[in-house]
Amino acid sequence: MTEPSRAGKKCDVSLTVNGQVFVVRAHAMERLLDVLRNEIGLTGTKEGCGEGECGSCSLLMDGVLVNSCLIPVLQANGSKIITIEGLADGGDLQVLQQAFIDCGGAQCGICTPGMILAAFHLLSKKLQPTLEEIREGLSGNLCRCTGYKQIIEAVAEAGRRGAST
Amino acid sequence: MRAYPPEYELVAPRSLPAVLSLLAQEPGEWLPIAGGTDVMVQYSAGKLSARKLVSIWNLPELRRMDDFPDEVQIGAGYTYMDVQNNAVINREFALLSRAAHWSGAIANQNRGTLGGSIVNASPAADSLPALLVYEAELLLVSERGERRVPYSTFHLDYRKTQLASDELIRAICLKKRFSEYYAYARKVGARNAQAISKVCAAALGRLTAGMVEDVRLAMGSVAPSRFV
Repeated sequence: MTEPSRAGKKCDVSLTVNGQVFVVRAHAMERLLDVLRNEIGLTGTKEGCGEGECGSCSLLMDGVLVNSCLIPVLQANGSKIITIEGLADGGDLQVLQQAFIDCGGAQCGICTPGMILAAFHLLSKKLQPTLEEIREGLSGNLCRCTGYKQIIEAVAEAGRRGAST
Repeated sequence: MRAYPPEYELVAPRSLPAVLSLLAQEPGEWLPIAGGTDVMVQYSAGKLSARKLVSIWNLPELRRMDDFPDEVQIGAGYTYMDVQNNAVINREFALLSRAAHWSGAIANQNRGTLGGSIVNASPAADSLPALLVYEAELLLVSERGERRVPYSTFHLDYRKTQLASDELIRAICLKKRFSEYYAYARKVGARNAQAISKVCAAALGRLTAGMVEDVRLAMGSVAPSRFV
């Protein structure tokens, strides 16, 4: 993470996204969210509020849940990132994704990638969380459609099905 | 208006001395950015006046905790999640762990740092009452050396601090003498998570033979800066 970026000049940033290495030329203060969407072409990560409140841009960076709208891309240099595109195995949906479909956990879809990444992070720490733990694990992710009930059910159902695999 | 990335410079030195050297060379020119949970919000809104930023995220000298016999020194780069995961802090300074737990939601706890929150100087910061009742002291470091100041005097006015333009907070020091105290904390916000405090409070008290021997009480979000 030492490469300086003079204002106006771009720098090389290396990101391992969903197992694939990308080296992108970017301005150091570009948001990780924008680099993923515009440079790498992974548009599954959504922008909602752009100020770290809504969780639409949630992803895992080195195994930790973060809001990608608040990360200058230079701070992500060398990191391993998992986005919503990295969960399914080809056409086979991850258990959590299937549970969201089965429980009606997605409506307009803007919050869904962030919800699923936050839930994935939660289930990776605790396979069968209580409803209270699910509410807390998803408390940084806002949904304006479903009203959360189906989302929380989907996460509980995924826990029962063994979602961390 | 949205920020335009090419107008900004960001560097990420690998060590604390390299950061301090930069701050000393051009005092006031460089804005330190740790987890970005405050700075990036201002940046994205086009409200960040600084154009040169220096990353202090994940610096090993700052993201650590030193456990001495009589005190702990929590590195300024310790995240709110690091605070919650630290057994010594949980045991000796439960009010701070609780404040860390209700600061933002998980994604922001994973990035927001204790030092960043103190420098950001919001009077609604969740950790503020806990740091006051524990009589925290701050280690401020620059190329000129290190100084130690009480947390209670660090904030001079609304969003104004004692930090000189070439200084960083290196660590937050807490004396280990409150583990026998009763502890109480309360936050009132619009919802449980991710809400800014309408008011937050922390209290410590010690009883000896049924008599109240010592009581400490601090509140956050009640005034622009400290008053007693």
